[in-house]
Amino acid sequence: MTEQMQSEQGQTVVDSAKADKTIIHVEAMHKWYGSFHVLKNLNLDVAQGERIVICGPSGSGKSTFIRCINRLEEHQQGKIVVDGVELTDDVRHIDSVRKEVGMVFQHFNLFPHMTVLENCCVAPIWVRKTPRKEAEATAMEYLKRVKIPDQANKYPGQLSGGQQQRVAIARALCMKPKIMLFDEPTSALDPEMIKEVLDTMIELASSGMTMLCVTHEMGFAKTVADRVIFMDGGEIVESAPPHDFFDNPQEPRTQQFLKQILHH
Amino acid sequence: MSESMAPPKRAFAPVQWMRDNLFNTWYNILLTVVVVYMIGTSIGPLLNWLFLDATFTGADPKDCVGDGACWLFINQRLNFFMYGFYPDAQQWRVDIMFFLLAVAFVPQFIERFPARRWLGIFGMTGLPIIGYILIPGGWFGLEEVQSNKWGGLMLTLILAYVGIIGSLPLGIILALGRRSEMPVIRGFCVIFIEVWRAVPLITVLFMASVMLPLFLPEGMNFEKLLRALIGITLWQSAYMAEVIRGGLQAIPRGQYEAGSALGLGYWRKMRLIILPQALTLVIPGIVNTFIGLFMDTTLVLIIGLFDILGTVQSTITDPAWQNVAIEGYVFVAFCFWVFCFGMSRYSQNLERKLDTGHKT
Repeated sequence: MTEQMQSEQGQTVVDSAKADKTIIHVEAMHKWYGSFHVLKNLNLDVAQGERIVICGPSGSGKSTFIRCINRLEEHQQGKIVVDGVELTDDVRHIDSVRKEVGMVFQHFNLFPHMTVLENCCVAPIWVRKTPRKEAEATAMEYLKRVKIPDQANKYPGQLSGGQQQRVAIARALCMKPKIMLFDEPTSALDPEMIKEVLDTMIELASSGMTMLCVTHEMGFAKTVADRVIFMDGGEIVESAPPHDFFDNPQEPRTQQFLKQILHH
Repeated sequence: MSESMAPPKRAFAPVQWMRDNLFNTWYNILLTVVVVYMIGTSIGPLLNWLFLDATFTGADPKDCVGDGACWLFINQRLNFFMYGFYPDAQQWRVDIMFFLLAVAFVPQFIERFPARRWLGIFGMTGLPIIGYILIPGGWFGLEEVQSNKWGGLMLTLILAYVGIIGSLPLGIILALGRRSEMPVIRGFCVIFIEVWRAVPLITVLFMASVMLPLFLPEGMNFEKLLRALIGITLWQSAYMAEVIRGGLQAIPRGQYEAGSALGLGYWRKMRLIILPQALTLVIPGIVNTFIGLFMDTTLVLIIGLFDILGTVQSTITDPAWQNVAIEGYVFVAFCFWVFCFGMSRYSQNLERKLDTGHKT
């Protein structure tokens, strides 16, 4: 019962304590695909520097949800405010939000016709108007941080999956975003490459980046997350700090999900 | 760890290869013998006709004796085949354009040629402007040469070149428009493409030259050649649009999303991310369309423009020259082959260069 209180009040506590630092505000948000109601009444406040892991069975709407935050998907009802800008049909709003929100995809989505370095520089040069020299220097810095500076002049096709995903992380970071979204970043990787990507993400988390990760890596959730959100059927079923979430889940659906994924 | 070994060497032994591939079964032996016999009997006479017995130089048709080809005919009328009725004294203007065309595009075949990229860009932008000033003349003290005097290879190249340069960007815009989410733009592009594509070029040319003037207000009458150029370009751009749309459809959604997520707006996303990949994918289709256009320019004959085929065709009926039709057509075929083969080689070159070995 106490956990229930905590999980429900957790948000309000965050809200009141860091009200000025709320960076993502989602309120009564709904989304439909045609007549299919994918996201139902989502409410979420993310404080600056908070690390959130979203998990749930496939088809629960978790990817759709984070894709709404940089408007790769549009919501039809409710409100999403990112870094003080409300997401509406206004293209200028969308562009200014996307500048501040980096995203890492399940399938990397690197640009195959550009070298690793060019992949990292294209957005800073064309969106942020950074001079090329400076953009390249920044890119090399981030490539060092994800531990692949020596691959800078190769094409994505010449790299392993794990390396590609680390480039994708570096590419997003080169825009110096305030928020990073991860959409199942390790799901398309071979098992031996998952660790190198998770290590990069853990390192990023320790630097104070605001992160929203959709992932099935429960170990990552335990070590890094401030809050774990469980979604099912398009709803947020439970939201709690990791130790409460894993050791003492409140909702039967959460319990069942955890039993399924941790039971082997 | 066991040591890496070199792959086994495969020695090339011609005799063994022939035994395995040409003489391995009775029907292959038969086929080999027949083909070798046919090549053997035809290549000699062909070479004789083309070169050994052929007449290359001389003063007039009577010098063409013997069984070989009368290349003297081409030699003598080359000026007409190149420039049409363009006045002799002004032909240096066309020569400059031929020269610039070569300067812009021949280096594209030579890897590591200095500044070849800039030459290519010049060929796409500066060259048409210079041509527009130089060829018709009428300004900067240049004598005006009416477009009805243009002809021959020069006209063929102008038609093909303008068609190519014009239809590529137009085709890109139409292809993007057809995939637009805005119904008005999409509708316009669909109608444009479907209308133009459903009409044969010959009809387009005929309409442009005969029908269009009837609809235009009195006094607004632009030249036949210009009308043909506009017709060819619009017609070609409809085809180009569909080729490019094929490429756009092959680009996975993730590429669009990654571009958007980085904050690139529509036009930047298209220019930097989507189009470079889409166009690379459809290079064979684009060049195919270009080659098709190059051939189709010969249809301007029906509206009374004399391209290279037209000039040759009108000359072989000249009573002074007898039986030179074959020579004429071989010459035309050779000219077309040089340009089309060049385009084809260039496209292969480009494909190799742009292949980064990875299709997402």
